[in-house]
Amino acid sequence: MIRLIAGLIGLGFVGILLISMIVNLAEYFGESHAESAEHALHREPEKVGFSFSSPVGKFDRAQLQRGFQVYKEVCAACHGLNLVAFRNLEDLGYNEAEVKAIASQWAIEVPDINPETGEPTTRKALPADRFPDPYPNETAARAANNNALPPDLSLIAKNREGGPHYVHALLTGYQQQPAEVVKRFPEVKTGEGLYYNPYFANLNIAMPPPITSDGQVTYADGTPPTVDQMSKDVSAFLMWAAEPHLESRHRAGWATLIFLIVATILGYLSYRNIWATAKRKVRVTGPLEADSQAKSAAAKAEQGIAG
Amino acid sequence: MAFSWAKPYEPKSNFARWIDTRLPLPRLVYGAVGGGYPVPRNLNYFWNFGVLAGIFLTIQIVTGIVLAMHYYASIDGAFFSVERIMRDVNAGWFLRYAHANGASFFFIVTYIHIFRGLFYGSYKAPREMVWMMGLVIYLLMMATAFMGYVLPWGQMSYWGAQVITGFFSAFPLVGEPLRVWLLGGYAPDQAALTRFFSLHYLLPFVIAAVTVLHIWALHIPGSSNPTGVDVKTEQDTLPFHPFYTAKDGWFAGVVLILFAILLFFWPNSLGHPDNYIPANPLATPAHIVPEWYFWPFYAILRAFTVDFIIPAKLWGVLAMFASILLLFFLPWLDRSPVRSGHYRPIFKRFFWILVADIMLLGACGVMPVEQPWVALSQIATAYYFAHFLIILPLISRFERPLPLPNSISESVLHGETAESAPAGMKGTAAKPTIAAPSAAAE
Repeated sequence: MIRLIAGLIGLGFVGILLISMIVNLAEYFGESHAESAEHALHREPEKVGFSFSSPVGKFDRAQLQRGFQVYKEVCAACHGLNLVAFRNLEDLGYNEAEVKAIASQWAIEVPDINPETGEPTTRKALPADRFPDPYPNETAARAANNNALPPDLSLIAKNREGGPHYVHALLTGYQQQPAEVVKRFPEVKTGEGLYYNPYFANLNIAMPPPITSDGQVTYADGTPPTVDQMSKDVSAFLMWAAEPHLESRHRAGWATLIFLIVATILGYLSYRNIWATAKRKVRVTGPLEADSQAKSAAAKAEQGIAG
Repeated sequence: MAFSWAKPYEPKSNFARWIDTRLPLPRLVYGAVGGGYPVPRNLNYFWNFGVLAGIFLTIQIVTGIVLAMHYYASIDGAFFSVERIMRDVNAGWFLRYAHANGASFFFIVTYIHIFRGLFYGSYKAPREMVWMMGLVIYLLMMATAFMGYVLPWGQMSYWGAQVITGFFSAFPLVGEPLRVWLLGGYAPDQAALTRFFSLHYLLPFVIAAVTVLHIWALHIPGSSNPTGVDVKTEQDTLPFHPFYTAKDGWFAGVVLILFAILLFFWPNSLGHPDNYIPANPLATPAHIVPEWYFWPFYAILRAFTVDFIIPAKLWGVLAMFASILLLFFLPWLDRSPVRSGHYRPIFKRFFWILVADIMLLGACGVMPVEQPWVALSQIATAYYFAHFLIILPLISRFERPLPLPNSISESVLHGETAESAPAGMKGTAAKPTIAAPSAAAE
């Protein structure tokens, strides 16, 4: 009975699925399928050889400092970094005094309350403060940016497919929209206040190209500030901002692996040792064993031998 | 315990005797996972995954309890409390990554454990209750994992909660009120987050309790084995300790190495990047996908696209629930008395088709709703139901199984029975016509 009911239910589901499939396929072949512009033109970010990518990877401190400089001079005007505190910059190799100086000279001040009047005011940032947001609220941010909202960058290297590689590809991917593209896909024509970028999900991004020319930032360490170099540096810095404990994670990983491998080898050897006795020689075999004696008695009885 | 030769617990010291006559906990442990539990001697490595699931449940509970000390279940604060754990709590990144990837590993080992049961017929008499308690654990795991994924209150958390609770609104009449009742509002909000946190903390302990029932039910008939032949004599078994503690122990090391590689070097590879964006009820992500362990079910849900008598969405929801509930009836759908797939030539082929089918469903579940994925998910869903509801009952009727070995020890100890037989009786004493496949000869 249960198998009959089950069979009927099974046939029911299979039938509905068959109908669904026929209907969907008929729909699919019934209409024309022009390739969508996103499908045709969207590009996956190319891999950048970052120093932190591999399991033994570490951040390049000089690169992080350069990236921070790019963030400070190019990105910070519009993009916040509200999960990172100034004190965290010590990870980049700055000493306490330098961090203090960076915080107090930060262009955007930290909201505060006037201790005498209770009126809202601002003050210079301290190392303990997180990076202050460039806009007081979302409405102000949109009003200043043609109704687009510049996202906070604290986690940008983790919340986009491709992570730091995507950030680098996006920063270097701005281009003139190819004329043939406009002819083929008139609907993706880059509108007023938008910029064509094949790495961006819908191809047209509201952010103007932030890094436009070589030498836009002057590096103190003498690295040539090409567009590509600045983009790489700021991508590396943003990876640090998103995952500040990456290096200790890698270190802890190796320590854990070494411990586990040694423990597993010892475990395996003791397993072999314990099972050595069990594989074959676990029981006494021979004619005196109860089993064999019974068989022997049965055989004797069968052949009529007394005993 | 079922076997008469199971060694009884013998207290070794005066203190142990004192305890044993008052609270015989050591006796219980000895009988459950100690020298007092005889286990078939021929188990292969697929039998290690039950213990591994227990290990990962423990990891989840321990890391989860510590994370809960730092987590803050508020729609404004949850996301930032998780980031505070990642940045400012000592080794907080380790706790969170261990918990998130631990959930994935818990599902990996549980899926292998379930497929092992499917192949070796572990659901068959007399182990039906073991199987059903296992399914209850699996359902609880799914609920717990779903609610845990909501807690960071990122984009996928929020929209996942929206989609999954939306299933309930597919039911006629009671659906919408039920959804509102579950969420405590019309959309996921503070009420939903608070109750999900509460239940996410509660359910693992329910899982632990049902696991006790699962193991208790297992210990009545004892463990099954790769030949599927019942234990007959003491020769067929070895005490759990030290033999299987040693085997489970070193193999757990291997799995923990794989876990550590994922956790320390690629901790975000199984997660969705969107969940690092704070939840925004006004911005729907381009593709809402659940975590990987739900992909096959998501594909089943979306395979139904036609309103046939009842709405397509209701078909999808019914099929998704049915896809798991039908497993409760498996012991009665598959009537073949032969347990192990090694001796079932036709069943074996369909088993591997099922494995491939579920992988295909998983792939369909993560892809956008486009052809050819829609058609593939429909074929794969149809096969899933046909396999359990039509094919398995038919196979068990028509299949001619291969001859089984007479006993476990005979299949393991090969020629020794013949060697030890009396003169002139060499080998005639019931030799298996077909040797057990190598996997069974562990």
